[in-house]
Amino acid sequence: MTMIKRAADIVPHPALATGEAAPGIEQIDVSAVASQAARKAYAARQRIYPKLAHGTFRKAKWAVMLVTLGIYYLLPWIRWDRGPSLPDQAFLLDFANQRLFFGPIEIWAQELYFITGLLILSALGLFLVTSVAGRMWCGYTCPQTVWTDLMIVAERFWQGDRNARIRLDNGPWTLEKIWKKTGTHITWLIIAAATGGALVFYFRDAPTLAMELLEGDAPVLAYVFAGLFTATTYLLGGIAREQVCIYMCPWPRIQGAMFDKDSLLITYRGYRGEPRGPHKKGQSWEGRGDCIDCKACIAVCPMGIDIRDGAQLECIQCALCIDACDEIMDRVGRPRGLVAYDTFQNLDAISHNERAPLRLIRPRTILYSAAMALVAAIMLWAWLNRTVLEINVLHDRNPLYVQLTDGGLRNGYTVKILNKLHEKRTFQLSTEGLNGATLAIVGLEGSDPRIDVVTDNLRALKVRVTVPKDDVDTLAGAATPFKFVIIDDADGSRTYHDATFMGPNHE
Amino acid sequence: MSDKEIDQVTGVETTGHTWDGDLKELNKPLPQWWLYTFYACVIWAIGYWVVYPAWPTLSGYTKGTFDYSQRAEVAKQVAAAKADQSQYLDKIAATPVADIERDPELMQFVLAGGAAVFGDNCGPCHGKGGQGATGYPNLNDDDWLWGGSPEAIETTILHGIRSGHPETRDMAMPRFGLDEILKPNEIADTAQYVLSLSGNATDGAAAARGATLFADNCSACHGEDGKGNADLGAPNLTDGIWLYGGKAADIEKTIRTGRGGVMPYWTGRLDPVTIKMLTVYVHSLGGGK
Repeated sequence: MTMIKRAADIVPHPALATGEAAPGIEQIDVSAVASQAARKAYAARQRIYPKLAHGTFRKAKWAVMLVTLGIYYLLPWIRWDRGPSLPDQAFLLDFANQRLFFGPIEIWAQELYFITGLLILSALGLFLVTSVAGRMWCGYTCPQTVWTDLMIVAERFWQGDRNARIRLDNGPWTLEKIWKKTGTHITWLIIAAATGGALVFYFRDAPTLAMELLEGDAPVLAYVFAGLFTATTYLLGGIAREQVCIYMCPWPRIQGAMFDKDSLLITYRGYRGEPRGPHKKGQSWEGRGDCIDCKACIAVCPMGIDIRDGAQLECIQCALCIDACDEIMDRVGRPRGLVAYDTFQNLDAISHNERAPLRLIRPRTILYSAAMALVAAIMLWAWLNRTVLEINVLHDRNPLYVQLTDGGLRNGYTVKILNKLHEKRTFQLSTEGLNGATLAIVGLEGSDPRIDVVTDNLRALKVRVTVPKDDVDTLAGAATPFKFVIIDDADGSRTYHDATFMGPNHE
Repeated sequence: MSDKEIDQVTGVETTGHTWDGDLKELNKPLPQWWLYTFYACVIWAIGYWVVYPAWPTLSGYTKGTFDYSQRAEVAKQVAAAKADQSQYLDKIAATPVADIERDPELMQFVLAGGAAVFGDNCGPCHGKGGQGATGYPNLNDDDWLWGGSPEAIETTILHGIRSGHPETRDMAMPRFGLDEILKPNEIADTAQYVLSLSGNATDGAAAARGATLFADNCSACHGEDGKGNADLGAPNLTDGIWLYGGKAADIEKTIRTGRGGVMPYWTGRLDPVTIKMLTVYVHSLGGGK
C-alpha cells in the first residue's frame, strides 16, 4: 500500500523522534484502507485493525449497544397475559396461526397493512434522522455496526488492541497465535449462535422453544433458522464487517439524497486543521493547523477511511474519530472539535469569517415530519376503526339455486364469522330484505340458532336460505340483493353484509 | 499457441481474437469462488452417485446405499395417510348413518371424504355440486325419485338404477308411444293433463281429455293425484321439477319413450365405508329427508 503524499504534508521537525506527531504522541503507522485514492476496481481486501477509542461517543455507543442488544435478547422473554388459549408472549410472530402479537396489539394476517404502515414510518423516520444528523442509524444502531462492535470486543479480549493484533497477524504461527485465534473464533461463534438462537424465540413461545432446543426436539425450521442466522452473524459481523457497509448495503448509496448543507455530519474542520504536520514542543501554533497528523482518527476508524478526506461513501458516521481526535487535542493543549458534527453551511460561512446557525427546521425536515405525521394519523385512524367482527359471505356456485318441490327457492352460502376479541362471542344470523325467507344453518338445530365463535377465531357456517313459493314472485328477477344480519348476543349490535339471492331467469 | 498476445494496458493475456478491428478480450481465469464451488459440486455429485439411484445398468440401475426411491416414499406416505384415516373409517363402518350425522367430528371427516369421492365418481353425471342436468337428477333439491332418506340413498348408490345388478332398482315406465299403447293425440292430451297438475297446462281442453287417459294408464304408479311413489321410482308430477324437461314436447317424448335412465351400481367398485360416506354427503346436500 503506497502512502498518499499530500502537498500539505510537513516534514517532521528534527527535534521529534521518528514516528512522533508531537512530543509523546505517536504518529500511528496507518493509512486509510478505504480512501478514494487507494480504491481499485480489483484489489484484495486489506484488513482493518480498529483501535479502541475513549470518549463521549464511545461511551454513547457502548450504551446504545447495551440497549439494542438488550432489546434483541430479552424482548421474546417478556410475558403478556391474554387469557387462556392464547399465547402469553408479549412479542410473538405466530406464523402457524397467522397472528402477530405485540403487547395489547394483535394483528391478523389480512391486516398486515399495519406492518406496511410501520415500515413506511420507519423509513421516513430514517430519512428525517439522516437529514438532521447524517447516518445516525449506520453509526449507532444498525445491527451490522452493533454486532461488528461486539465482535471487535471479543477480538480485542483475545488478541489485544490494534498494535498487538497487527503483530499477531504478521507473526509466525506459534502456539500462542493458534490459541488466541481459536479463542477469538470460538467466541465469535458463541455470540453468533446466541444471536441466531435468540431470533427463533420471536416465532414460537420462548420458554417452550428453549427447552425444545436444549432437548433436541424443536421443529426442524427452528434449527435451520438458528443455524442460518448463526452463520450470517459470524460471517457479516466477524469476518465481512466493513465490506457489508461498503459493498453490500444499498443505504450508503441512497442516503446521499437525504443530506443537505444543513445536515450535521461528522466533519474534519480543515480550516482549523490545515496545514497539518507534526508539532514540536514549544513550537508556535501560529501559521499552521491544529492537525498534528498523528493519524489517530484513521487508527480508530472501523471503516478504514481518513475523515480528513471529507465526506465519503464508506463513512458510517460512528463518531469514533471525534473521540480519538479530542483526546489528542487535549494532550497537545488545543481546543476539542477538530473533528466534529458540523454542517457544510457552517464550514462555508466560517471561510467567510461568519457562523451559520443550525437550522433544524427547514423544508426537508418539515416534509419528512409531515409525511410521518400523515402516515401515523392514517394508521391511528385505521387502528381505531379496526373491526373486531368480520363477516365474509360466499354464495354457492354449484348449484346457484335449488328449486324445491313446493315451488320455493333455496340458495346456499358459506358464511365466515371472524371474532377478533379475546372472549367467546355468541351471534344470531338472520336475513333482511327477502320476503318470507327462512334460514337454516347446517349442523345447528332450529330455525334461529345461536352461533358460538370461540376466542380470537373464525367459524365457517354452511347456511341455506329458502324463499317459499308464495314469496318467490316478490324476488327481483334472477338476482335479488339482500343483507345478512349478524346480531351480537352480548350487546345486540348489528352487523350487515351484502349478499345476493339467485333464482331462475324468467323470460 | 506459442506466441501469446499480451494486452498492453493490463498485462493480461488476451484470447487472441479481435473484433471490429481493435476490440480484444482478456483471457482472465475463472473467479476462485466459482471454481471452488464447481469442484465442491463435482465432489458432491460423486457422493450423490454412491447414496442415491444414479447409473443405468444392463438389467436395471444402481440403487444407492440409502435405498431411496420416490415410489417407496409415496407408498409410505399413502400408508401413513391410511393409518391416520383408519380411526375414522373404522368408526364409520360401525356407526349407522343417522348417528354419523349427529357426530360433528366424524361428520367433518365424512363430508370432506364424501365430497372428494363424489367429485371423482358422481360428478361426471350429477355435476360437481350435485346440481344435475337434463336426465341426471339434481341432488340438492327435495325431489327424490327413489326416496331421500339415508337408507334409500345408500340403496340407490349400492345397487344403481336399471343397472343390471341383481338387486338394482328396476321399475321402468312403459314406452306408451313406441309400443303403440297410446296414440299420438292421446299422448299430447295426457301431457297437457300432466302439465295441468303443476298449473302449467297450455291447452285446457286437451288437459281435460287427458284426465281419463292419465287415470287409466299412469295413476297406477304416479298415483291418482300424480304425486308419485318413491317405492316404484315414479316421480312426483305436481312439483314443477322435471328431470327431462317441463315443456309439452319434453313430456310427450317421456310418455312416448318411457325414458328409463340408468345409474350404475357402486357396490364392488367402492368399498362399503366409502359408499356410506357418499350417502351422508349426498344426504347433506340440502334435500335429504
